[in-house]
Amino acid sequence: MATFTPTAPAHHPLTSRGIGGTLPPIAGGGDNNRPDPGLPDYRRRLRRARLGLLVILAPVLMLFVSFTSAYIVRKGLPTFDPATNSVVHDWLPVPLPTTLFLINTIVLLASSVTIERARRQIVRQAALAPVSDIPGVSLGTEREFPWLGITILLGIAFLTGQWLAWRDLADRGFFVSTGPSSSFFYLLTGAHAVHLLGGVLALLIAGSTVILRRPLESRRIVVDVTAWYWHFMALLWIYIFALLEFAR
Amino acid sequence: MFLGIVAVFVGMFLSLLMRIHLVWPAAVLPFLGDIKPETYLTLVTMHGTIMVFFVLTTAPQGGFGNYALPIQIGAPDMAFPVLNMLSFWITFLGFVVMVGAFFVTGGAPLHGWTGYPPLSALQSSGPGEAAGADFWGIGIALFCVGALLGGLNFITTTLDMRARGMTLMRMPLTCWAWFLTAILGLLAFGVLLAACILLLMDRNLRTSFFVPAGTINGIVTAHKGGSPLLWQHLFWFFGHPEVYIAILPSMGIVSTLLSVFSRKPVFSYKTIVYSMLTIVALSFTVWGHHMFISGMSPYSAYGFSVTTMAITVPSAVLTFCWIATLWRGKIRFTTPALFAIGFVSLFVSGGVSGPFLAQPALDIPLHDTYFVTGHFHLIMGVASMFGILGGFYYWFPKMFGKMMNETLGKLHFWFTFAGAYAIFIPMHYLGLAGYPRRYSQPEVGYLRDLMPVQRFITIAAFITIAGQLIFLCNLIWSLAKGRKATDNPWEATTLEWTTATPPPHDNFGGLTPVVHNGPYEYSVPGAPRDYVMQTDPATVTTH
Repeated sequence: MATFTPTAPAHHPLTSRGIGGTLPPIAGGGDNNRPDPGLPDYRRRLRRARLGLLVILAPVLMLFVSFTSAYIVRKGLPTFDPATNSVVHDWLPVPLPTTLFLINTIVLLASSVTIERARRQIVRQAALAPVSDIPGVSLGTEREFPWLGITILLGIAFLTGQWLAWRDLADRGFFVSTGPSSSFFYLLTGAHAVHLLGGVLALLIAGSTVILRRPLESRRIVVDVTAWYWHFMALLWIYIFALLEFAR
Repeated sequence: MFLGIVAVFVGMFLSLLMRIHLVWPAAVLPFLGDIKPETYLTLVTMHGTIMVFFVLTTAPQGGFGNYALPIQIGAPDMAFPVLNMLSFWITFLGFVVMVGAFFVTGGAPLHGWTGYPPLSALQSSGPGEAAGADFWGIGIALFCVGALLGGLNFITTTLDMRARGMTLMRMPLTCWAWFLTAILGLLAFGVLLAACILLLMDRNLRTSFFVPAGTINGIVTAHKGGSPLLWQHLFWFFGHPEVYIAILPSMGIVSTLLSVFSRKPVFSYKTIVYSMLTIVALSFTVWGHHMFISGMSPYSAYGFSVTTMAITVPSAVLTFCWIATLWRGKIRFTTPALFAIGFVSLFVSGGVSGPFLAQPALDIPLHDTYFVTGHFHLIMGVASMFGILGGFYYWFPKMFGKMMNETLGKLHFWFTFAGAYAIFIPMHYLGLAGYPRRYSQPEVGYLRDLMPVQRFITIAAFITIAGQLIFLCNLIWSLAKGRKATDNPWEATTLEWTTATPPPHDNFGGLTPVVHNGPYEYSVPGAPRDYVMQTDPATVTTH
């Protein structure tokens, strides 16, 4: 028969709900016995939001992994042609609008840099916020460079560039249903654009928190999480570009 | 949760219609008229889809998980309550769109819950394949998004919101099960979403991902070069983990219930956790066993066969752990305990036919027969359902502050338990005799001779479903007049039983529990009671 031993040794004081004495701080989710000095609330929210983002990137990745596997399988697939009674490959390489894509890539990478600046800027603002209340201290009140706005503009510029690329392809007679390669072209760029649009919307929400007078911390969390998401989208775009270019 | 209950009754109603049609094809039902063969396929499709997605996936995870996960780990709520709400409403919308498929021109689709192209990818391939199949695809896609948001919440909550002292290895096994299910869902639903997007493009944008060149109803299609097999790979890469998404939460619930009601610590907590982890890992390597008859290379079939056989090992280990938990326990045969024991029985009965089907040589003749129908209904359908029902009876007092009626509950159990066996075991026999599944009306002599078995199954289904009315009555009666529940009616140890019944809005009324013990400390020698709450300080230690 088992004797009463805790399944994992407890290293913290034996305080418990309902037994007198002070209650432990509310913080400390997932602590694994780590002593928790009661983090400020928004630090905890930030950590949670970052974790949530990391988790949600997994299915996004899986989505594009699935598309890629379908792409590779479909590309190598022979098809029966009833006209010639033989097995042929129906994969027509799409003429990529490479110059436009390169410009778009540069725009997106630039936006990745600006959003990182925006993220650091807001980290600084959040850190200085308590100090700025002290009379005579003018830290952090200088007019800030609008990195966030620039990022939104660059994001929209990228999306417009993608739209131009679609138009370019359509002008050359490659529509969604023209062939498997053009289907994948629209699918991959479209799916990426939808995801990036989500990022732009998140930034617009972050921007509007200024107008809505939401706390700086909320804004910081949105900007921080969106920045990581944005970097991921930039990497994803480079991957898609490479896939379309090198596995044509 | 209530969405799950509504969905399960819709699904059961559809299965009843199928059973009626199989046995009395000419029957004219009030309001619905007679059932044509294509209507039968529609019923097959919608029964499968609604049951798999909106019942087996939604109820144990979305229903119980959202309620019990935070409270069991000592958190006031899920990590992102707003996202959670969004997840629910998107799932609800998906359900509405799915059921809406019945009411569009042509009716609901007839391609089965697996949606194999080209049938599912061509608008003109059947009466339900026009707007109905679009509704189906959109319903599934919405469901995926809802499930992904839910999964995000589960993982973040489990990792970030545990109370002090609640180490991962002190979490109740239900939490482990929900956590692992969420991981599975996160990796699987993205793939299904991708497949759905491709399918909808094939249907509406005339692309050819899945549709090869060919004719449909004598007309040459506008598609060429696509591969229906590509869909099968994508679908089953999701589809097999989905089986475990359905049953893992029930495994967690049953592990807990068996321990609580046999008044013994769960047998080898770590083994159960690692077995579940192994199942999660292996479940992504076995999808090909659904495709043995697709003409795949015998070498890859062999590979998939080996991984499939391998997955029986952790499953058997789990079964032994459950039996060992019951072994020499002071078992309290309450309704939840009965359902948990019923789960183990069904898990074994449904599971043993798995290794048969895992072998390509046996699967090829059996695949399209009732043998498979019997197999997956026992293990994925009914066994999971028993876990869900057990969980429902177990947490009902905590949720609503009332006890459920034990007599009615036991009656419900015996009806359902006997009924499930009476329905699904004969199906194995039908399958071995060569009765093909998804056929509306067999016109062949030897199948006509099997009709008495089919009739038996239909009658059993009638009685079993009638038995579910006992559950409904019990639910309504208990809500209105049930005995008032105490804070800890089952004398269980996990955190949800430390707080008031029903729990306050933030679960613990502003307090934060501190955890000192594992989740299954029953019959501890030297302890004042036969159970030690997770929050009880460790006063008795013998080393």
